[in-house]
Amino acid sequence: MHQFDKKKYLYVLAITSLIFFTAIFLSNYFGEKKMAEVRAIEEKIAIDILSSETQYALLQESSCRDVSSSILSQELNSLAEKLSYAEESFGSKDSEVLSLKRYYSLLEIKDYLLSKRIAEKCGLKPTSIIYIYSNEGDCPDCEKEGHVLTYLRETYPELRVYSFDYHIDLSAVKTLLSVYGIKGELPAIIISERVYYGFKDKEGLESLLPKKLKKKEGSTATTSETR
Amino acid sequence: MASVPTALVYVLVFASLYLEVFLLVTFIEKRKTLKREESGLLSLAGYPSVTIIVPCFNEEKTIGKTVDSLLSLNYPKDKLNITIVDDGSTDGTWKVAKSFENKNGVRLFRKENGGKHTALNYALAHANTDLVGCLDADSFVEKETLTKIVKYFEDTEVMAVTPAIKVHNPRKTIELIQNAEYNLGIFFKKMLGTIDAIQVTPGPFSIFRKKVFDDLGPYRKAHNTEDLEITFRMHESHYKIVNSHKAFVTTVAPATLKGLYKQRLRWVHGFLENSIDYKHLFLNPKYGNFGMFMLPAAIFSILSALYLVGYTVVNIGRYIADKITEIKILGVGNSFSVDLFFINTGTLTFLSLALAAIFIFMIIAGKRIAEDARRSPLDMVYFFLLYGLIVPTWLFAAVYNTIFSRRTSWR
Repeated sequence: MHQFDKKKYLYVLAITSLIFFTAIFLSNYFGEKKMAEVRAIEEKIAIDILSSETQYALLQESSCRDVSSSILSQELNSLAEKLSYAEESFGSKDSEVLSLKRYYSLLEIKDYLLSKRIAEKCGLKPTSIIYIYSNEGDCPDCEKEGHVLTYLRETYPELRVYSFDYHIDLSAVKTLLSVYGIKGELPAIIISERVYYGFKDKEGLESLLPKKLKKKEGSTATTSETR
Repeated sequence: MASVPTALVYVLVFASLYLEVFLLVTFIEKRKTLKREESGLLSLAGYPSVTIIVPCFNEEKTIGKTVDSLLSLNYPKDKLNITIVDDGSTDGTWKVAKSFENKNGVRLFRKENGGKHTALNYALAHANTDLVGCLDADSFVEKETLTKIVKYFEDTEVMAVTPAIKVHNPRKTIELIQNAEYNLGIFFKKMLGTIDAIQVTPGPFSIFRKKVFDDLGPYRKAHNTEDLEITFRMHESHYKIVNSHKAFVTTVAPATLKGLYKQRLRWVHGFLENSIDYKHLFLNPKYGNFGMFMLPAAIFSILSALYLVGYTVVNIGRYIADKITEIKILGVGNSFSVDLFFINTGTLTFLSLALAAIFIFMIIAGKRIAEDARRSPLDMVYFFLLYGLIVPTWLFAAVYNTIFSRRTSWR
C-alpha cells in the first residue's frame, strides 16, 4: 500500500505558514521604516520652512543679497520621489500614504508662498512650477509629464517643482486650484502665474523658464540652450 | 486591497512554497536513510537474471556506445541479456547493431516501425528473466549501475527501480541548463522515491520485475509517453517504485532549443493526457503521496508556472514601456537613484527569496548526489537566467494541445 502521513502535510503547512507570515512581517517592518523616513523628512521640511519664514522676517529690512533660495528647504524634491514610490508600493488609498501626501501638499504650498514672497521682495523672476496631475486614470499624459518634470528638477537644482494631486481631499489645495481657475483638464502647469493645459515636452517647458536659471554641473541631458 | 491577479499570485506562491517545504522536510527526514543506502549498494545477496531492451530508431551515432556500456557492466554475463530491437530504422542503425551479433548475451531483432512501445513489447514477448529494463539508444550506463539498481530488489515489495539520470558531456549552454535541471531531477526523484510518489520510470535504465508486465500487461502507446503510463498503472495497482540515487546513467540531451522544445512538449503533453486517463488517482488518499502530493503538485506547477510567468512578463512589459516612454521624452543617460529607500521590500520579494533559497538548496543537494559538485556553477547560472524564459513555451503548447486534443510527435 502507498504511504500517506497526514501529520506531515499538516506540519509542512505550519512551516509554510510561518515562512509566509515572516515575509509579511518583514515587509511590514521595512514598510514602516520607509514611512517613518518619509515622516522624518516631512518634519525636517516643516522645521526648514518655519526657519526660513523666521529668517525671512528677520531679514525683512535687509538687502536681497542676504536672501537666497538656499534658505528654502532642499529636501522637497527627494521627498517627492519617496512619496511617489510609497504611493506605488502601498497603494494610493493607503491611509498612511494619504495622510503623508496631504501634509506634503501643505508643505509645498507654504514653501511656494515663501519663495514667491522672496521673489517679489527682491524683484526676481519666479523659479517655480506648479504641476497639477491625477492618478485616477483621467490623465493619460500625466506619467509622461512626470518624467519631464523629474528631469527639470534634476537639471535645474534651483527650480522648485510643486506637484499637486487634483483629487486630493485637502481644502488648501482646492483653494489653490480655484485661485488659478484650474478645471478638470490635466495635466495643468502653472509658470509665472500663467496656466498651461496639456502635455508639454522638456523643450517646451524649458523655454518658459527664466534664462538665467543655472543648470546642474555635469548634466548630461540636452536642453534648449544647447540647440 | 490587492487586485485579483495579485491575490492569485500570493495564493500560487504560498502553494509553491508548500511544495518546496514538503520536499525539504522529506530530505531532512530521510537524509540518514540515504547515507545508509549508499554504504551497502555493491554487496548483493544474489544476481537475478536481467534483460535490458535497447529499442532504437535511427540511432546509428550513439547505439554502439550504448551497447558497449551495457557489455562493460560489472554483472555476471550469464545473468545479463541485451536485446536490441531496431524499430524500422532507415539509417545505419541496423548495421551498427549487427556488429554486436556475436557478442555473448546479445540478441537482435528487427521489425517494421511501430513506435517505441511496440519495440519494447516485441522484446518483452521474448524475455524470460527475473528483471527487465530498457536503455534508450542515446544513453549510457556506468559499470556498477545495474548492481546498484538490483540491490533495491532485495526488498521483495519493490517492483521497479529508477536510476539517477545525468546529462552526457554537457558543453553548450542549452546542455548546461539541462545539466542543472537533471541534477534537480535527481533530488526530486530520490525524495519522491522515499515517499512512494515517483511519477515516471524513464526510458534510460528503469528496471522492473518481469512480474509487472505479466500482471499488468505490456506497454501502451499512451500519448508517446509509455514510461509515464506504466508508472501510473503501477501506482494504480499499488506496486512499489523506488529510486537508486547512485545508479548513474548519462543521456544525450537535446543540443538545440528546437530539439528540447519538442522533447519537453511530448513529456508535458503526455503527462497531462495520462493524468486525464488516470484522473481517479488524483487527491485520492488510497494512492498515498502519489495521489495526494505528486499528481496535484505536478499539475499545479504547470498551471502556476504559466500564470506566474505571465504575471511577471506583464509587469516587466509595463516597466519596459515606462522606461521607453521616459527615454523617448528625455533621451538616454538620465541619472537614477541608488537610495536604499527604493529597494523593493514587499512581501512577494521576501517570499521569492525564500523560494529561490530552497530551490538553490535542492539543486546543490542534487549536484552532490550526482557527484557533479566539481563542475563550475555556470550551469546553475544559466539555469536561473534562462530556464524560466524557455519553459513556458512548451508548457503553454502542452496545455493548448491537451485542451484542443492535438497530438505530439516523437521527433
